[in-house]
Amino acid sequence: MRSESLRGYALLSPTLVVMLFSMCAPFALMVLMSFWAQHGFKFDTSFTLANYREALSSPIYKALLFRSLKISGACALATVLISYPMAYYVAFHVHRRKLLWIILMTLPFWTSYLLRVFAWKIVLGYNGVINSGLKVVGLINHPLEFLLYSPTAVVITLAHAWAAFAVLPLYVSLEKIDRSLLEAAADLGDGPALRFLRVTLPLSLPGVMAAMLLIFIPTVGDYVTPALVGGPNGIMIANMIQAEFGKVNNWPMGAALAIAMMVIVALISLVYVWVLRKATEQIG
Amino acid sequence: MSNVSYIQRPNRVLLIYALIYLAYLYIPVLFLPLFSFNDSLYVAFPLKGFTTRWYVEMLDNEPMQAALLNSLKVGVVASIVATLLGIFGAKAVSRYRIFAQKAVVSTIMLPLVIPGIILGVALLILLSRLGIGLSLVTVTLGHILICVPFSMATLMARFEGLEASFEEAAADLGDNAWWVFWRVTFPVVFPGILASLLLCFTISFDEFIMAFFLAGSDPTLPIFIYSQLRFPQKLPGVLALGACILMVSFVVVFVSQWLQGRGGLAAIDKDHRP
Repeated sequence: MRSESLRGYALLSPTLVVMLFSMCAPFALMVLMSFWAQHGFKFDTSFTLANYREALSSPIYKALLFRSLKISGACALATVLISYPMAYYVAFHVHRRKLLWIILMTLPFWTSYLLRVFAWKIVLGYNGVINSGLKVVGLINHPLEFLLYSPTAVVITLAHAWAAFAVLPLYVSLEKIDRSLLEAAADLGDGPALRFLRVTLPLSLPGVMAAMLLIFIPTVGDYVTPALVGGPNGIMIANMIQAEFGKVNNWPMGAALAIAMMVIVALISLVYVWVLRKATEQIG
Repeated sequence: MSNVSYIQRPNRVLLIYALIYLAYLYIPVLFLPLFSFNDSLYVAFPLKGFTTRWYVEMLDNEPMQAALLNSLKVGVVASIVATLLGIFGAKAVSRYRIFAQKAVVSTIMLPLVIPGIILGVALLILLSRLGIGLSLVTVTLGHILICVPFSMATLMARFEGLEASFEEAAADLGDNAWWVFWRVTFPVVFPGILASLLLCFTISFDEFIMAFFLAGSDPTLPIFIYSQLRFPQKLPGVLALGACILMVSFVVVFVSQWLQGRGGLAAIDKDHRP
């Protein structure tokens, strides 16, 4: 057993070393840098908490962080809600060509993220597809301005971009459900609605949980979507982080913001998992 | 199966929902090719007329072709290295029962859920402190980091279907480890390896966020596209280029998913067969 483990690790070592080095070393350095200060193009490497103090007290950073959490939360919720029936359909009602359906559901996810966001920019734009289309058919006289450059546009675009992260875990959790449980419920007199509420939904909750987290965590740090479709009211904390490493040129502040964002997201995720687990225990 | 059919009978409402969902996934993206043939600088209805001039203009757009070449280079190297690392990793965790396997696999999968900006920024800090200049090499490094989890996930499904007894039989017959791998393991997992190569290549080819932080003066194609978005008169060109990229990605990814899915889905079917 021990030697088997050792042999496994020997084989795994190249992969593990590369991954650990290219994650741990940069992270460690980023944490270190977040305690520094920027002076022009030089760093003052004496220890300071000023960056974190500013990250948590400055109204701009606080507002951006809060908005990012809200947008990502809304996006995770919306994506899971619209993807659930789709995953349900493929898991329960598709019997032939299942693979084709799964590929169709996830294919857009693998294509260029930038181009998908760009596509929404031309769909939602002031003279974009929706506005010009509605004008041509005569439904509106003036373009709808709320479509582009708003938090709503960011949520719509993100929900589209991350749909595969919801559909796949939902599908897997629904597919795993033992069909005989549904039969048993039917035999005991439950109709379709009760069967869904008492058997299918609770058993698919792990998938729902996973999907929410898989979307929430990465979208908080997205900056391409807000930059392209968000406008001034839709920019998020990651745009600020990017600016600190770009035109603002305050790397330690950017590092502190990045870490603050990660810690807050991790805390929210932990609380969320803990609460859901408690809740399912109560029901069970 | 037949006795549960009343639960699984066709559901028209859900089918319509599923079709609408697919339309929502695909239609926004399909506006790129549609308007790339539109004879107008502006992306708006009504369509003005058919033209292929945005495609013809691409042929002598030298900066674009340079960026395309850069992306191809980065994509080829990143996908090969990531797939090699994925082979080691997937083979190790599926063949041997190792200590803390779950934790190790989760660690390798971490880049899947860490926001790209965090990985990009952290690598940028490391490189600048080490005094390594930004170039296509640093972009490749970043892309390997995000491709390995995908490669490993793809290959693990393949390696788990591989019976250890085949390899043992070959070893008993006197083949050495490399020969066993080449003669027995490789043919079985080959579709997985191909799927991983294709997938990693597409991911790298389309990747923007890491490249944004890690590219030096040589842009990759997504960086080039992003730089063009500032100029309204360049928009149709971006549409044409985007349509081409989407087309190629769709085909490449479809093939890779198909290769990979036939193995993976067969395993799911087997589990559920009553």
